[in-house]
Amino acid sequence: MSSQTTFRSRAMATSPIEQPSNLTRRKARASLVQWLLFVVTALAIVILAALLWDISASGARWLSLDLLTNTSSRKPENAGLRPALLGTLWVIGLTALFAFPVGVGAAVYLEEYAPNNRWTRLLKTNISNLAGIPSIVYGLLGLGVFVSLFALGRTVISGALTMALLILPVIIIASQEAIRAVPPSLRQAAFALGATRWQVARDHVIPAAMPGILTGIILSISRAMGETAPLLVVGAAAYVTFNPTGLTSKYTVLPMQIYEWARRPQQDFQDLAAAAIIVLLLLLLMLNATAIYLRQRFARNVKW
Amino acid sequence: MPGSANQDRQASDLREVATRDPVGVLGTNPGDVIAGTLVPSIEQGIAPLTALGGSAPVAFDLSGAASRQMSERIVGAVLWTCGALSLLTTVGIIAVLIQQALVFFAHVPVADFLFGTTWTALFKTPRYGVLPLVSGTLMVTVIAMSVAIPLGLMSAIYLSEYAPLRVRDILKPSLELLAGIPTIVYGFFAVTFIRPDVLKPIFPGIGPFSALAAGIAVGIMTTPLVASLSEDAMRAVPRSLREGGYALGATKLEVSWQVVVPAALSGIIASFILAMSRAIGETMIVALAAGSKPQLTANPLEPMQTMTGFIVQAFSGDVVVGTPPYLSLFAVGLLLFVMTLTLNLISHRVVAKFREVYE
Repeated sequence: MSSQTTFRSRAMATSPIEQPSNLTRRKARASLVQWLLFVVTALAIVILAALLWDISASGARWLSLDLLTNTSSRKPENAGLRPALLGTLWVIGLTALFAFPVGVGAAVYLEEYAPNNRWTRLLKTNISNLAGIPSIVYGLLGLGVFVSLFALGRTVISGALTMALLILPVIIIASQEAIRAVPPSLRQAAFALGATRWQVARDHVIPAAMPGILTGIILSISRAMGETAPLLVVGAAAYVTFNPTGLTSKYTVLPMQIYEWARRPQQDFQDLAAAAIIVLLLLLLMLNATAIYLRQRFARNVKW
Repeated sequence: MPGSANQDRQASDLREVATRDPVGVLGTNPGDVIAGTLVPSIEQGIAPLTALGGSAPVAFDLSGAASRQMSERIVGAVLWTCGALSLLTTVGIIAVLIQQALVFFAHVPVADFLFGTTWTALFKTPRYGVLPLVSGTLMVTVIAMSVAIPLGLMSAIYLSEYAPLRVRDILKPSLELLAGIPTIVYGFFAVTFIRPDVLKPIFPGIGPFSALAAGIAVGIMTTPLVASLSEDAMRAVPRSLREGGYALGATKLEVSWQVVVPAALSGIIASFILAMSRAIGETMIVALAAGSKPQLTANPLEPMQTMTGFIVQAFSGDVVVGTPPYLSLFAVGLLLFVMTLTLNLISHRVVAKFREVYE
């Protein structure tokens, strides 16, 4: 390795015996850089603080119960988030419903069933590539397939199906990792008792991997909850004053409402957008807290 | 506690086996019930045999075996379908994009699209030269990378090589928090904070929309990605390499920079490429902060439109399905897909080809 040879030659050239003064300079530089690295890394906290301060400074004033219960309005003082909140609930709930079984199923297939052949490698490469496709491209897919081809229109169901495809690779990868962490001895014991492959997976592997799977799912759900672009493409409406009523209802979602408000020039709507962002961030915080709670709870039940 | 939980589990497993095997009652096991309902003929054909055996314990009762085999196969097929669905998604994306783009290219020649320098798709007299959108995308990406690469790499070095456990326990979660914030929030942050409070004092001439504000926000958004992937790569470098460096009298900085970083270089480069691909595909930040004016310019203080930004703008208004402006969205989407896919494939290749394998 070339780096090692350069390192060796430099280390020899700056040998403390030949040049004793060199060492203090090198040490000084090392500690200087250490501080610099710390400051740069701590920048994450500074940015986070600036972001939260910026949003709460303009949004806090608009936070009220009315914001949660009112519908969208042309007048900022009457505007609220109810249709957007319910829309998010509908879309994300259905997304989870579609993506959970398929994602876990695919992960179980890849980890417990799939032979190590070309087809399996193709599937695995494909999944990691899917995870890297921009979300707006999934929107175009949903537009072409669900909205137009299946003629589902710009409805809750086509939005949810699109989002399910978007988070599927994330769920599969997280579930695969959770399943891989289950010790092989557990499987071998079950096989030794005559269990079939599916019995091993259903009764032992999946329950043992559940905390990891759930965490992955909740994290991907929270990603979906903040996604705007694909839903904008498959037709979350910009201005909705009614609650979504079912699968074929028109809808809007929280991030879409934020986008709608944020791009209006009036200061009041900008501030409303900040208030809506606070609501969104609180929702995400709750989801993540649930993920942590579930992980710990399940982790207590399954031990080996 | 772990011991007793384990024993409970084993005991219940044994009980299950005990109730299932000797008498061979079909249906003790839920799997058999499912199989039984699916293949009644097999169950009926075998049931008399078990009846013949009476209550005498049978060590290996194969009565359920056939139906179990069948249910195994069905479950296997269902799971296979779940896996294949992910492949179908890729096929669907490619099919939709190419099919619609081909219709578009029947209206507009490919060369005009790829090399044209004017993009006015939503105007009365539309011109479809994609270069302004591409240059806007590249401008935002370059700015984002010049934020994310130094910040991300330095954070990764600090977290992997320097950070004491307690500091790490604070810094790592805050990076993860940054990674979890929706992009629309970063877009809002770019418009209401980065531009007026950070950039305006430095560049008084900056307008309400600029590639610079958007690019910085995209950079902040991708920093955690670079940091966590690079940190993983550096943590995978074996300890012995570092110890070799220290044994030669190197300082911590020299070990980090001249031993660990080169050894983890494939993973680090891969993280840069993935971050770049993420920046190219980023949508909501640029939709809010970069403006909607496609233009070929090298001035980052100017408003620009990216490929994703155009798609958002088109859908925020009314595009009529089937018209050239609508079809152009898919052509732009196809270009976006090809660019990000190429970068993703390169990053996989970099990891696979240049990874240093130790031990």
